[in-house]
Amino acid sequence: MSVVPAPVARQPWGMLFPLFTLIGFGALVLFSAAGGSWEPYAASHLVRFGVFLVMAVVMTLFSADLAKFAAYPVYILVLLLLVLVEAMGQINGGSQRWLNLGFMQLQPSELMKPAIVLVLARFYGDLPVGMTASWRALAPAGVLIGIPVALVLVQPDLGTSLAIVFGGGVVMFLAGLPMRWFAILGAAGAVIAPLAFFFGLQPYQQRRVTTLLDPASDPLGAGYHITQSKIAIGSGGLTGKGFNEGSQSHLQYLPEPHTDFVFATMAEEWGFVGGMVVLVCFALILRWGLLVARRSKDRFGKLIAAGMVATIFFYVAVNLLMVMGFAPVVGIPLPFMSHGGSSMLTNMICIGSLMMVNRWNSRQGTSGLTR
Amino acid sequence: MKLGKTKRDHVSSTTLDQAFSRRSFVIGAGMGGIGVLLAARMAFIAIAENEKYELESESNRVNLSLIPPRRGWILDRNGAPLASNRADFRVDVIPDQLVDTSATLAALGNILDLDAATMADITKRVDEAASFQPVEIATGLDYEDFAAVSVRLPDLPGVIPQRGFSRFYPTGPSVGHLLGYVGPANAEEYKEEGDPLLITPGFKIGKDALEHQFEQDLRGVPGARRVEVTASGRIVKELETRDDVQGDPVHLTIDGPLQDYAARRIGLESGSAVVMDCRSGDILCMSSMPSFDPNSFSAGIGSVEYAMLREDERVPLRNKVLKGLYPPASTVKPMVSMALLKAGVDPGERVQCSGGLRVGNRVFRCWKRGGHGPVDMAMGIYQSCDVYFYAMAQRIGMDPIAMMARRCGMGQEFDLPVTSQFYGTVPDPAWKLKKYEQEWQPYDTVNATIGQGYMLANPLQLAVMSARLATGRHVEPRLNRKTPIKGFDTVDFSDEHVRYVRQAMSDTVNGPGTAGRARLPIDDVLMAGKTGTAQVVGLNFSDGRSGPWKYRDHGLFIFFAPFDNPRYAGAVVIEHGGGSGSAYPIARDIMTFIFDPAKGMEALTALETQWGGTAQERLVRKYAAYAAAAGETVAPAPTRSEEIFDRVEAEARLAGRQSERLGDRVVDPRPEADPRSAPRMPQPAPAASPAADTATPAPASTSTPVAAPTQGPSQ
Repeated sequence: MSVVPAPVARQPWGMLFPLFTLIGFGALVLFSAAGGSWEPYAASHLVRFGVFLVMAVVMTLFSADLAKFAAYPVYILVLLLLVLVEAMGQINGGSQRWLNLGFMQLQPSELMKPAIVLVLARFYGDLPVGMTASWRALAPAGVLIGIPVALVLVQPDLGTSLAIVFGGGVVMFLAGLPMRWFAILGAAGAVIAPLAFFFGLQPYQQRRVTTLLDPASDPLGAGYHITQSKIAIGSGGLTGKGFNEGSQSHLQYLPEPHTDFVFATMAEEWGFVGGMVVLVCFALILRWGLLVARRSKDRFGKLIAAGMVATIFFYVAVNLLMVMGFAPVVGIPLPFMSHGGSSMLTNMICIGSLMMVNRWNSRQGTSGLTR
Repeated sequence: MKLGKTKRDHVSSTTLDQAFSRRSFVIGAGMGGIGVLLAARMAFIAIAENEKYELESESNRVNLSLIPPRRGWILDRNGAPLASNRADFRVDVIPDQLVDTSATLAALGNILDLDAATMADITKRVDEAASFQPVEIATGLDYEDFAAVSVRLPDLPGVIPQRGFSRFYPTGPSVGHLLGYVGPANAEEYKEEGDPLLITPGFKIGKDALEHQFEQDLRGVPGARRVEVTASGRIVKELETRDDVQGDPVHLTIDGPLQDYAARRIGLESGSAVVMDCRSGDILCMSSMPSFDPNSFSAGIGSVEYAMLREDERVPLRNKVLKGLYPPASTVKPMVSMALLKAGVDPGERVQCSGGLRVGNRVFRCWKRGGHGPVDMAMGIYQSCDVYFYAMAQRIGMDPIAMMARRCGMGQEFDLPVTSQFYGTVPDPAWKLKKYEQEWQPYDTVNATIGQGYMLANPLQLAVMSARLATGRHVEPRLNRKTPIKGFDTVDFSDEHVRYVRQAMSDTVNGPGTAGRARLPIDDVLMAGKTGTAQVVGLNFSDGRSGPWKYRDHGLFIFFAPFDNPRYAGAVVIEHGGGSGSAYPIARDIMTFIFDPAKGMEALTALETQWGGTAQERLVRKYAAYAAAAGETVAPAPTRSEEIFDRVEAEARLAGRQSERLGDRVVDPRPEADPRSAPRMPQPAPAASPAADTATPAPASTSTPVAAPTQGPSQ
């Protein structure tokens, strides 16, 4: 404490250290996935992280008032971008999910994940306490979630829609909405899910679900991804095959070894030990995020922080469940390790928001309330 | 925003904070739970099931491909290859791995310039093949075509171009029936053996005859190549290669050039020739024509080729040496004589032949309606006098004759490495009673002594009979050089009897006999023989020499040489050749070739100029003409070669029965060919002019009694 200068010591090293570990580790895995080369994945991975870290640090400086003020405009802007992307898709013929910004391809649906958390936190932050159990607490939030989800679903992008619903749902849950509403929702979901499976999903999506239950039924078709991913993880053993020695990724048996299946690429070369390092790093980051939320005295801050944690968690959980054969193949990358600009942007926005709330907390902290 | 009026719960800022704490704890716990689940799952996959996945990863990475072993050669008695291997380029497809079957096949057809009929065959094979079975697209490609396919590989998944070896039969059709052919293993064969070699592209197994019989010897041990491959099948690096071990050669007793010569000499006729070595029982040739070219069967039998072979009434798919059954006709007479001698008949005793013999109230006629006059046993043989044998057979009865026939090899199956052989019939009273529930009649004996009626034999049996008569030993035919020589310690006949029969058979050719034209154009070698003309239908159908091809008489000839110290013995049978005159010139040329190859070839060359090329050349031309005429309209060939074999065999049995039907009546012997008859020209294919065949020379049993023909071989 004493040796380290105060501005450095003030930083949330409990989160930053595991984060840098993940980024560095991710760069190594991407280096290997490119066949032992910094190009094209690892180098840009580090560069993007650098850029987005600066962005996160800038976000940290925002005041709570600014964040509150920006919540609705940001939400509407992202919504407009979603509409724009849909319109461009219509014009170009075929579906389109991204806007080309030159240095990266931006998926507005990715931006919607933190945006929905922000806008709902604002909504519940403003909502009078007494109305929490009334329909006024539910209906506007439902609309706020429903519009972007509908726009993303038509892209169609089931994974991102679920992420938005999950992030929004967690905020609503933590905002203190009556428990029985969630119970009713759960019951309704149990009824609707099978219906949605048979009538709502595209055939290729249905196949992904059925092959999840039995990957061997179609080893060269839809089950191929899951099977190959499990082979990669399983063949890594305790300590892995060694850096740059993964045959599953290098010989292209593993699909998308640098994005969705980056964890399998890692596990093949680094084994169970590498996997535990990744899991522990995520656990530390998410735990820190939840602590930030709990420490916040401000309802708005609490909900933002918890919602951002939920968003990151959703990425991590679904991605890892998928590569280990517990969830269907939905295109969701692993935060901080997968190569890809949009997901890095989203996750760094989440990190930035958490650091921002953390700073609000420490301001309060100096006023001597908690810790 | 206003305060809600209706409140179910009392909500305050404090309760909300408590709810947040509670609920965020729940969420944190849920996250932790999922984290633990993931850690456990990973431990399970990576540690508990590590071995299994390591194996799968390794089997992903390393591709073990078998290198089909080079097949052992089939060698003739002098070590010259009858079947060898030719290095070539080939292209196969594996139906399993084809993404767009029709597009891929069309692309291959384009690159390799395959014609429509071939494409139809390939498409059918791909459709019917089990998904793991490789299907051959083409072999014998030149490097340009091979390279053209190879460079397009990324667009052609499931296509496998490779360097390999394909079976090569230098003499083509001449060895078709003897050796059989090779082809890809079918699904049942794979299931039976379970050896992955059987579904390795380019690997062939023996499908018929010796190729099939010696499969395990010829196969060899496959090599293996371990390569690291990407998911798309691209080879990254070669890890290890083990060379194949070539199959063992099979050494036959066949004399390659003789086999080829005999096959070619049969020419336009449908028939077979067998020659044996009298000192060892070695089969020197067993040619059956017309035949197929085993070189062209290696991918499976093409529809057009199959249709052509099927439609040919000369049954090119039937091995006539083993599965052709013919009434042996007068060729049994030396054998019957041997039975008479053994029964104590004095060979000098004469029978008066006046052109017929009355037995009971029926008259059995001699082929020479005018009669032979007084006939002793020797004359009975060389002039083929039927009356002499009618009379003597009546005296000793059928049983000793039947016994002798069996001893000479008729009705017997030989211990040979062949897929199947028909053993024909040696009728006797017990047989007839059992088969037809009828008593043996005098005319049955009469028919049997002239080798007609129920009596049936295949050409190999006739050749064995010839060898046994010539040597007096129980010569056993031998096809594989490894088989021990057998039978020479068993003396069948006394030297005295043997000498007598030899002399009479020599006189058939070299004396006043029925086959003067069979005399060898070689000064110091005299060939002995016996003619036979086998009637296949009743006289009301045909006179046996003209009319529809399939009603004409078979021509037979058994022979050995040199007559006084037999070295070679054999038999020639020409189906529907119109009489023995079609058979013995062939036997003569074959024997000439053995003793003086140059002279033999000279005779053949002259004939082949007339016929329009060698058997192989004619077959190629016929195929081209047929394919042009038939186009794509032909019915597809059966996928399984077993179906083809079964059909061919069933038809062969049926054909053998045809002449059996003559057994229920008296067979009037046909006039035997004799030295004075005009040379007989082989007819063109019956399909071309079925009825135009009136030029067959009439029998000429007039004029000078004996001629010693010394014409050149090209009669």
